[in-house]
Amino acid sequence: MDFHLTKEQEMVRKMYREFAETEVKPLAEEIDEEERFPMETVEKMAKLGMMGIYFPKEYGGAGGDVLSYAMCVEELAKVCGTTAVIVSAHTSLCCAPIFEHGTEEQKKKYLPDLLSGKKIGAFGLTEPNAGTDASGQQTTAVLEGDHYVLNGSKCFITNGTVAETFVVFAMTDKKLGNHGISAFIVEKSFPGFSVGKHEKKMGIRGSSTCDLIFEDCIVPKENLLGQEGKGFKIAMMTLDGGRIGIAAQALGLGEGAINEAVKYTQERVQFKKRLSQFQNTQFQLADMHTRMQAAQYLVYAAAMKKQNHESYSMDAAMAKLFAAESASDVTRRAVQLFGGYGYTREYPVERMMRDAKITEIYEGTSEVQRMVISSHLGVK
Amino acid sequence: MKIIVCVKQVPDTSGKVAVNPDGTLNRASMAAITNPDDLNAVEAALVLKEQTGAEVIVVSMGPPPAEGMLREVMARGVDRAVLVSAREFGGSDTYATSQILAAAIDKIGVDKDDIVMCGRQAIDGDTAQVGPQIAEKLGLPQVSYAAEITKEGDTITVKRMLEDGYMTIKVKTPCLITCIKELNTPRYMSVGGIYECYSKPYEIFDYNTLKDHPFIDKDTIGLSGSPTNILTSFTPPQKGAGMMLEGADKATCDKLAGILAAKHMI
Repeated sequence: MDFHLTKEQEMVRKMYREFAETEVKPLAEEIDEEERFPMETVEKMAKLGMMGIYFPKEYGGAGGDVLSYAMCVEELAKVCGTTAVIVSAHTSLCCAPIFEHGTEEQKKKYLPDLLSGKKIGAFGLTEPNAGTDASGQQTTAVLEGDHYVLNGSKCFITNGTVAETFVVFAMTDKKLGNHGISAFIVEKSFPGFSVGKHEKKMGIRGSSTCDLIFEDCIVPKENLLGQEGKGFKIAMMTLDGGRIGIAAQALGLGEGAINEAVKYTQERVQFKKRLSQFQNTQFQLADMHTRMQAAQYLVYAAAMKKQNHESYSMDAAMAKLFAAESASDVTRRAVQLFGGYGYTREYPVERMMRDAKITEIYEGTSEVQRMVISSHLGVK
Repeated sequence: MKIIVCVKQVPDTSGKVAVNPDGTLNRASMAAITNPDDLNAVEAALVLKEQTGAEVIVVSMGPPPAEGMLREVMARGVDRAVLVSAREFGGSDTYATSQILAAAIDKIGVDKDDIVMCGRQAIDGDTAQVGPQIAEKLGLPQVSYAAEITKEGDTITVKRMLEDGYMTIKVKTPCLITCIKELNTPRYMSVGGIYECYSKPYEIFDYNTLKDHPFIDKDTIGLSGSPTNILTSFTPPQKGAGMMLEGADKATCDKLAGILAAKHMI
């Protein structure tokens, strides 16, 4: 695989990096501390096309590519895991399924506002009793004339309190199991729709995470996304793409922690030596960097395959599995290199360690990624 | 209406400055960036473009790799770029550079409604001479140190920021304005702009393109046409942060007088 970046990709990365350093990094600690959604950052990102990076201009996208999207999430995550997941969930979990499975009318109706960042998107699949076992959906959708009536609830919905457009999954025919699940585009203003409590989380605390509640929620028939009964397939395809975003988030978190640790260990003096002069520090950082570099190759390979319309499901799973577990390991080691200071909120590495943990859990746990990878190997 | 903006690729002097034995900057060992004041000029042009629909053209003199910088400027919203590049132009000082850039701008054409914009000065030489010299060559009225620009019809009102105060000047187009960092905050490149910038018009004006222009004479361009000799170059020592006293009361005035007296200034 050719990992040479195009001139545009080099340039766009430079822009993301400048933006992240100047606009995102200064807010990272505050939004974590206050559990505040950084709407002002989203507005700035929207103006720069960062809320619709790899979608065509005809629908309001920026006309970029999947790798440049992954690099955006990566660069944001280097300084703020929260901001990175806002872009990732919006792009991969809401814009992508509408673009890939929507009718022309649906795309024209919903994509311009989403891709220009005027509206934020979210994705509702997980339920209290349907997490890793997504097929256990209990939310129902019943066709009544020209509309469906949805009843049930979703939980752990990223961007939930701020989103205006949701891709939601519900059972249209319980007897059919997975084949009875359908996908819908739900607007925040639809009657019977509401958002529930904001979850207090260990990490990515500026990100909005909440329940979605459907009480006789009226969804027009034309808002069925794809065909009835194809929802599970749409969900799985969407999560394949989403994994590239979360893998990129994990990648950025690990790289960001290394950047901080390199800086700190060159300043901190113990036993009349800079920490960076100790072989333990050098070997730790070498191992940390090697892991994240390997993760970067996996993430970029998955992004390039998606861009080239090649099969990328296993690549995305491997990228997410390895990047997430590496990010958790690398951020933990970064805290260790910082010693006591690393455990305080005065330095960003403890936040990065908390943020990294979720990448092993959401959009498919590491265990699910192993299931996906082994199934591609034909191991049953 | 056109706005022609001069931009220069410069070594990033915010880090360590490397100097050759002959006193010139060792550009190869330093990262290349777009001159910061020039980005303020580009931003001012883009704001005027949004207000008037003007076409924004950037012009730069430099070696072929300066294309990367020009594409980045186009990714911010500039419509087209011209790189003035030839061996014959190498080694030019500000006098020769102004001749060449003026010829290039003249070739692009400065019409009645047009504006030429420059950054106040480049961070590699800090001369602030090229903008004003281009204006002189082209016979354009010039307003330097612009901290605010407003346009109504063919009249441009510029608030100039000087060391000891402000001066507001009205000027008619065509004119040349040099811009300072207080004028605005340059925008970022956008994702869409980046993916468009390599398909935007990009021209190279080489020696043959400009050689018949009356400003272009072998004796007034390049190293041989440059009257400047560098005796030495150095980084000036940083000024202290200064001290601010606030208040219009007697106690503050007494304190001020005390400080000045202690320094034997009064």
